[in-house]
Amino acid sequence: MSRPTPLHEVHQSLGATLTDFAGWLMPLRYGSESAEHTAVRTAAGLFDLSHMGEIHVTGEGAADALDHALVGNLGGLSPGRARYTMMCDADGGIVDDLIVYRLSAEEFMVCANASNYLRVAQELTDRSKNHDAVVDDRSDSYALLAVQGPRSPQILAKLTDADLDGLKYYTGLPGTVAGVEALIARTGYTGEDGFELFVAADDAVKLWHALMEAGSDEGLVPAGLSARDTLRLEAGMPLYGNELTSATTPMDAGLGRVVRFDKAGDFVGRAALSAAETGRRLVGLVMKGRRVPRHGFAVVDAGGAVVGEVTSGAPSPSIGRPIAMAYVDVNATPAAVDIRGSHEPVDVVDLPFYRRKK
Amino acid sequence: MSSIPDELSYTKEHEWVAGLDDGLTVTVGITAYAAESLGDVVYVQLPEAGATVEAGDAVGEVESTKSVSDIYAPVGGEIVEINQTVVDDPSLVNSDPYGDGWLFRVRIEGAPDDLLTNEEYATLTAAES
Repeated sequence: MSRPTPLHEVHQSLGATLTDFAGWLMPLRYGSESAEHTAVRTAAGLFDLSHMGEIHVTGEGAADALDHALVGNLGGLSPGRARYTMMCDADGGIVDDLIVYRLSAEEFMVCANASNYLRVAQELTDRSKNHDAVVDDRSDSYALLAVQGPRSPQILAKLTDADLDGLKYYTGLPGTVAGVEALIARTGYTGEDGFELFVAADDAVKLWHALMEAGSDEGLVPAGLSARDTLRLEAGMPLYGNELTSATTPMDAGLGRVVRFDKAGDFVGRAALSAAETGRRLVGLVMKGRRVPRHGFAVVDAGGAVVGEVTSGAPSPSIGRPIAMAYVDVNATPAAVDIRGSHEPVDVVDLPFYRRKK
Repeated sequence: MSSIPDELSYTKEHEWVAGLDDGLTVTVGITAYAAESLGDVVYVQLPEAGATVEAGDAVGEVESTKSVSDIYAPVGGEIVEINQTVVDDPSLVNSDPYGDGWLFRVRIEGAPDDLLTNEEYATLTAAES
């Protein structure tokens, strides 16, 4: 049985189509997912992301513990800043991709994927044993609402006195939104400007309604996981379980920059990742036709030989044609995707597919 | 609750059939329930006009953001017309599934006996949702 989020009754009253996602009952879409996608690109969308995990790491040794447990340099992060990073296994495989928020000198919040947060919390606990740090999985007490899209600063500004202009991309500060205490973070997974609001689960419904009211004349619409997936795909952002797996290293995914070999001390995966050689690359494909490539479909070269595999694919509302990310052999030139036996031609493009105008 | 017009016949594969009373040429589409389940339809592949099909044949596909489904011929006969408008604008399947979102027309060879009435189809979809 899937777990409902604190906003479940709101989703039901909006007539959402619900889906099981990583053990959670989540809104897939409220109406047309293409319309939700376009609203986020042109105005704003409101997402319930309460399935995500929030794990606090606190103590004098918290920074050192995270520098050992994760591949990034978290000790070098200033309070109030956030960083995209990963947890890897000793063999270099990715356990999860994460955003770490440094709340203060001795307190961090690790935001993990719904499918992985229990494992991440366990690993953080195990990997922190020799450090003066306490790992506390507070996922159950949090709700997470995201307001994403170009109108999101105007919408949020109606509900908070926090200095949003001073809140740059990948920063987060505690504040009050519509009378609710929140960690206000300028992060997201859509390729647009926007905010993620970490609040107590009990405050979720109140905050949702306040945001919807504040956004009513700004074009704000509720948006589901379907739109979230096409938005992140257009933005070239990887999804755990698709582009990122335990059999994938950060280098495979073209994200070697997140591995900070220059930081002091050992970290889990350092030796394996130092020696890792990748024989594949993550590429963007734009279909010439209208059939949609899906996760797991084979990528072939001009001679019809299989040279890779699609990790994510969807019709792209912004581009107007189906798009995909795929792993392909380093030396191969992809020409087509095998869609149910038919080789459908592709253009190979640089990621991301979509970049917002600054 | 999706609309299920009285005057149409239905299949378990969530297609509708119109025009059986005339006994000559029927029109086929997918139901509002199917269109809502699929989400935004982005691609429709239809059979060639002139093709001869048997009832139950997979003759095309409907693709949405999240999934793809086969289109089955609900009746046997000759495909006499396809809806090029819905090929060009697949969103018609969502916006008007029983009207402009029709898919193809079949000249039938005899009256099919395994189609569902609107009430039977309503029972089927109630059990699925």
